[in-house]
Amino acid sequence: MAWVDTVVQGLLLGGLYALFATGLSLIFGVMRIVNLAHGDFSILAAFLAVVTVESLGLHPFTALALIVPVMAALGYGLQRLVLNRVLGRGILPPVLVTFGLSIIIQNALLETFSADSRRLNPGGIETASVPLGHDLAVGWFPLITLAVAIAILAGLQLVIDRLPVGRAFRATSDDPETAELMGIDNRRLYALAMALSLAIVAVAGVFLGIRTTFTFASGPDRLLFAFEAVIIGGLGSLWGTLVGGAVLGVAQTVGAKLSPGWGVLTGHLVFLAVLLFRPQGLFARARRVA
Amino acid sequence: MTSVAPSAARRVGLATAAVGLAVLVCLPAWGDPSTMRILVEFITLLVLAQMWNLLAGYAGLVSIGQQAYVGLGGYALIVLADDLGVNPFLAVPLAGLVAAAVALPTAMLVFRFRGGYFAVGTWAIAEVYRLLVANTTGLGRGSGRTLKAVFSLSRESREVATYWLALAVGLAALVAVYLFLRSRHGLGLMAIRDSEPGSETLGVDVFRTKLGVYVGVAFGTGLTGALIYLNLLRISPDAAFSINWTAYTIFIVVIGGIGSLEGPLVGTALFFLVREMLSDFGAWYMILLGALAVGVMLAFPRGLWGLVAERWDVHVFPVQRRVPVEPAGPDPGRIRP
Amino acid sequence: MSLLSVRGLSAFYGSFQALFEISLEAREGETVAVIGANGAGKSTCLRAIAGVLPVPPATVWFGGDPVGGRPAHELVARGVVLVPEGRRIFPSLTVEENLLIGAYRGRPGPWSLARVYALFPILAERRRQPGPNLSGGEQQMLAIGRGLMANPRLLLVDEISLGLAPAVVRGIYGVLRSIAAEGTTTLVVDQDVSQIMELAQRIYCLRKGSVSLEGRPAELTRARLAEAYFGV
Repeated sequence: MAWVDTVVQGLLLGGLYALFATGLSLIFGVMRIVNLAHGDFSILAAFLAVVTVESLGLHPFTALALIVPVMAALGYGLQRLVLNRVLGRGILPPVLVTFGLSIIIQNALLETFSADSRRLNPGGIETASVPLGHDLAVGWFPLITLAVAIAILAGLQLVIDRLPVGRAFRATSDDPETAELMGIDNRRLYALAMALSLAIVAVAGVFLGIRTTFTFASGPDRLLFAFEAVIIGGLGSLWGTLVGGAVLGVAQTVGAKLSPGWGVLTGHLVFLAVLLFRPQGLFARARRVA
Repeated sequence: MTSVAPSAARRVGLATAAVGLAVLVCLPAWGDPSTMRILVEFITLLVLAQMWNLLAGYAGLVSIGQQAYVGLGGYALIVLADDLGVNPFLAVPLAGLVAAAVALPTAMLVFRFRGGYFAVGTWAIAEVYRLLVANTTGLGRGSGRTLKAVFSLSRESREVATYWLALAVGLAALVAVYLFLRSRHGLGLMAIRDSEPGSETLGVDVFRTKLGVYVGVAFGTGLTGALIYLNLLRISPDAAFSINWTAYTIFIVVIGGIGSLEGPLVGTALFFLVREMLSDFGAWYMILLGALAVGVMLAFPRGLWGLVAERWDVHVFPVQRRVPVEPAGPDPGRIRP
Repeated sequence: MSLLSVRGLSAFYGSFQALFEISLEAREGETVAVIGANGAGKSTCLRAIAGVLPVPPATVWFGGDPVGGRPAHELVARGVVLVPEGRRIFPSLTVEENLLIGAYRGRPGPWSLARVYALFPILAERRRQPGPNLSGGEQQMLAIGRGLMANPRLLLVDEISLGLAPAVVRGIYGVLRSIAAEGTTTLVVDQDVSQIMELAQRIYCLRKGSVSLEGRPAELTRARLAEAYFGV
């Protein structure tokens, strides 16, 4: 039974990873940029939540109502002012600029909040659990996380499939030059995509902060896990990202159960195995955005 | 194509370098140990930067996982010197070979990625190596190990020997990179950087060239990693495989200037300057460096040296062949982002 | 009054000059043709008008405003719509989605999905299929339909007949005639001279980046055209 519990924990963890992966995948699909500061932005959101909760006495979920718009605006501004300038100049500039941002954010967080680890307190929900029969109990919070992840994924898929802006994302991803001929302002569209990405990653960051402790240096691991989830699931498929997150989550929980130091490493090894034997991922599609 | 006659700047540069080298070699006679240690640190960062510059600036392989080879080189040194009884100074280049050996299968994996995903892939691999080392009892697990093989020497001899080794490595790296870039392979590399499909039609074996550079750079990086820990004597996984190695080298190369040999030199000097100035301000020096790097990338993509080189057409280590070209007009066909 | 007025337009690709101070006009409701051999600068001219190339503001006038060098998406909002060379259908979008994206800017006007389907019934049949599934001729229709969805004041069509069978080309020119009959100002670029002569009210011939001939089709003899086209 303990193993079933472990696998279930892993699947639920996958929901969180999928949330992290979605924003990364969206940006890459639309703009071909990998945002190396992706994880750090989620941690920034988590720290913002800490500040909001401590100064305004809000519940972390309520704080989201403030943090998500702030992070979205940050993403929009970042893209318009900084990242749009390095597009179309090869692979080096976006990698270097986002890497620089990652270092800046981490060190700024270190200076502002010191190296102490923090955690967000959602008032007991993180310990409550739901019995699923046969001495298997599942925490409410991981369930909520998975539900939110699925809801956001479904929402994003809807936007991409049905709404004009989603069509614009796909068209710009296919052919940015011709997309401009349709009247699409690429600069604004990219900024919108980045705003969306940071909004989603803000939710991920707050949920992470509730689930576990975090420090200024927690960002890079989030990026790696997000990246691994995307690759395992397959580029260009949002639902594949959910599966990729689940596979990664299960690998990590099973690995940790086998030997405490081996959780993350097992995840990495599974990722490498997928890379070796099925490099296109489990659900690769021709479509590039989602 | 006309060949370049040695310009005045180049002659002055070489003369200065020769004098400077002589001074540096004799430093142990009149300098103090802390100066030597700083110089060793300077040289190791410089070589790391030259290596990354070769990889990313010339070969177009933007890796943020080179710390894997710093760590592997450092640990190879400990194993070779302490466990296998190899002379520690000899173990330094051997550690480079170990790193190169690991780089070969690693390349097979990471070369499946391109662009930004290649960058993250190299980082993921570095993390794997870090975790593997941190979970290996023989290597000291999380707390690491101390290099004991050098304790048979007197402290003074050890420091001087390390210093001279560092000088030799620094010089060798500079000469090797310079000669390589001026060679047929170096030209092929720059062709690949400028246009991969184009260079393929001209017969450049893109894959093998890139693989060769990746493995060669791993050798240089591993060797430097071993040198670093020969100097520091104490190694741990978190320090040896830290992303900071990549952060420092990237900032050095970006600010100094990508794709030139002089750039990393300028960048390393600036790095030390900034670090000295802001040493009391904790993390601020990293924030400043990061902001500088981002700013330079946005405003002067060719870095500080690139600015100088373009403005005054100065090349101390010229690796280009000059072709007279008319100045280009506005570039159409590119929609503004 | 000219809807479109190009004055002294020069354009460069790097250090290569593709256009040498050309001038042309299109009056409201007119169909104007730009012909010329490969590399004469026809596509460059259209791209400059559509906002794809950076050019000085005063070289391109539309509706009385200097619009040279304005970004392409802004020109679409003003009603300048380019149907690009090579069709450039979006592979990730279905036929219907390709048409819908043409209307992204939301310009008011007579064209709608229903009207485009009436004009090109084959597109209605294939509305849910991915763009790339269509044949060359169907893709050209889709590209034109996509352009119409933007409700253009000025429709620019680049290299209509490239890669298409003569019968297909005839069909498309028939469509262009009905579009022109609605009153849409059209600027058509093509290498196939015969069809264009029957469609356009005025013709410009480009050779090596300059205007070598201009006039009404009735005024132009075969001999004069050949000379302007080839330079012999």
